[in-house]
Amino acid sequence: MSTHYDTIREILSKQFGDRILAWEFPYGMLSFTIQPEFNLKALTLLYDDPDLGFQFLTDITGVHYPEREGQELAVVYHLHNLAKNVRIRMKIYVPVAKPDVYTATGLFSGANWMERETYDFFGVNFIGHPDLRRVLNVDEMDYFPLRKEFPLEDQTRIDKDDEMFGR
Amino acid sequence: MARPVRFNLIEKDTSDRGINQVMMPEGHMGEGFFATSLDKVVGLARKNSMWPLPFATSCCGIEFMATMGSHYDLSRFGSERVGFSPRQCDLLMVMGTIAKKMAPVLRQVYLQMAEPRWVMAVGACASSGGIFDTYSVLQGIDQVIPVDVYVPGCPPRPEAIIDGVLKIQDLVQDESLRRRNGDQYKALLEGYGIQ
Amino acid sequence: MPEQVNINLPEGSIEKQTTRLNLGPTHPATHGVFQNILEMDGERIVKAESTVGYIHRAFEKLAERRPLYQITTLTDRLNYCSAPLNNMGWHMTCEKLLGVKTPKRVDYLRVIIMELARISDHLICNSIVGVDTGAYTGFLYVMQYRELVYEIYEEVCGSRLTTNMGRIGGFERNFSDTAFRKLEKFLEEFPGVWKEFENLFTRNRIFIERTQGTGAISAERALNYSFTGPNLRAAGIDYDVRVHAPYSSYEDFDFIIPVGTTGDNYDRFMVRNEEIWQSLSIIRQAYQKVQDFKGTEADVYHADAPAYYLPEKADVYTKMEALIYHFKIVMGETEIPSGEVYHAVEGGNGELGFYLISDGGRAPFRLHFRRPCFIYYQAYSEIVKDTMLSDAIVTLSSLNLIAGEMDA
Repeated sequence: MSTHYDTIREILSKQFGDRILAWEFPYGMLSFTIQPEFNLKALTLLYDDPDLGFQFLTDITGVHYPEREGQELAVVYHLHNLAKNVRIRMKIYVPVAKPDVYTATGLFSGANWMERETYDFFGVNFIGHPDLRRVLNVDEMDYFPLRKEFPLEDQTRIDKDDEMFGR
Repeated sequence: MARPVRFNLIEKDTSDRGINQVMMPEGHMGEGFFATSLDKVVGLARKNSMWPLPFATSCCGIEFMATMGSHYDLSRFGSERVGFSPRQCDLLMVMGTIAKKMAPVLRQVYLQMAEPRWVMAVGACASSGGIFDTYSVLQGIDQVIPVDVYVPGCPPRPEAIIDGVLKIQDLVQDESLRRRNGDQYKALLEGYGIQ
Repeated sequence: MPEQVNINLPEGSIEKQTTRLNLGPTHPATHGVFQNILEMDGERIVKAESTVGYIHRAFEKLAERRPLYQITTLTDRLNYCSAPLNNMGWHMTCEKLLGVKTPKRVDYLRVIIMELARISDHLICNSIVGVDTGAYTGFLYVMQYRELVYEIYEEVCGSRLTTNMGRIGGFERNFSDTAFRKLEKFLEEFPGVWKEFENLFTRNRIFIERTQGTGAISAERALNYSFTGPNLRAAGIDYDVRVHAPYSSYEDFDFIIPVGTTGDNYDRFMVRNEEIWQSLSIIRQAYQKVQDFKGTEADVYHADAPAYYLPEKADVYTKMEALIYHFKIVMGETEIPSGEVYHAVEGGNGELGFYLISDGGRAPFRLHFRRPCFIYYQAYSEIVKDTMLSDAIVTLSSLNLIAGEMDA
């Protein structure tokens, strides 16, 4: 398997060069960080190239890193090559002031709701998404709950006394 | 030093091999007839033929399915016919977490029910929000509708759900026929914003 | 159905308009709460729009507050029909992060529990497909054996449905003798009952007419929508996480993956049906392997990881190291490596993935559940386009949508 990972690194580095910012290999999954504008190009290359063949989108999710200035929101794509049984993770970082990311729905229909969920929780704006609105929370909600600055509990509840609940 | 047990407050009747017999209501018995007051007869008839509406949202709904199954069998107590239309049902059993997105739907279903109607909150999530003290979960359905019986548990065992149904049956049997038109009930509904 | 060309109706007449039907969040039979707004042309669905989130409980935000071993209770409530599967998956994710290796006996016991959970999940799904086509008796026949599975869970962990079973590194106690007796009773009696259930449905003319040809999805569309699990296997792709990335010693077992052809409701029903038979065979093999452990090996029920697995209470009161470990685990002082790990198990509905980012603290920095139900429900509007309403209802139940997993 290690030679296959080398092939993947080679093909991606040849195409994107220094646009790829980092390579990691945590717990057995090859993972790379790329500049946010190139996410769709990278996904297309991973899909189309016969040596890569990552044609199954496992998951899209987001992470909020409040300490990283200018790169607070991460969008993480997990892809899977079913034929060769290889997984890969792609990460892009966007600033919270302008969290624009190109959508992957043109390539994978399954990305539709995954991106809506990332928008719902973090506020990442997917450019070109056919129907970007909240999927899990109520439509009228005006903040993005999974960002670190917002609390877990509903602040307007009257029956749960914080002192008694140890908060 | 052992503490005295304080929890078994109700003494169990262990005579008659522990079988509880249903007592006849007070009345006058004669040759081929039995006369009692109307609300007792109506109470007895109503309690043994409740039509529940299982408003099952999550895990407690699966325990309800087990209760309706043949092992625990809720239909022994008369709740054989579960209906899904609020227009036809007496007992709204809310089983599972109610999120804030779902609360208006629950209220709508409650409003569509005809009097007399009873509500049972099954499970910790319906009673008080349960383990989900979060921004999206309603902390108990009594924020939006009046509740008669709360069944705690996460999920409550089928025996506990049956116990809740039996408590509802006690409420149904003893309810006065004039309760729903009285001032106290009207004030209760006003408190929830229901006309 | 072609348009009636011999009836000339003016545009805008009421017969040409579509009606909106709200297949609302509360609908009969305990499927769960999700809404479909259907545009119907008579009995035929023109467009379907799905809304979820009616039971969004913010698991991912809750998980950022809780230490790793307290998150197991949250994973119970994802796919609550097969709660132990989710528990085991989460424990394996933690073990991957912490570098804990479980002994073989633990793996085999986990396999028994996971396959029992898979059987109980598929049992509910197939019986509810029967109920939705009008046959209620099949459901009642098999629910009794689901009660037996619950009794086995009760013997192992104390609880029926939301099991919170196991610990990071194994189980909380060894399986008692009663648990094995109940397992043997299950293995003896359930196949006969399941054969009876099969006889009711698989060659039943009415059931076949209702389910064959309806709710079909092709393999290419299913892959594009990131389907996994029995729904994908019914479409023809044999992707099963237990075979592709074996966890918990699944490579030691001999089983086949049933695959369908057209991906319609009948294929999904039959794939789940066959998976129940395969799970029974896996449980028999695992039970045989567990019984082959003799002597002290037969008492092993957890990994030797004192830093993460609570020591025995007797040791805590007498030995210094055990006391220190106990204190560290409970007060949250254990060293948790920082890093990110993704682990997937084959849940009842497909690839249930856990993406855990740890920053070395007691609670995860970010935990994301890759929930198969949420991902394949997107395809519902494409599947039911241009089908009849009754087929849409059967499709809804044969896709096995569990609301808890969908909304998390």
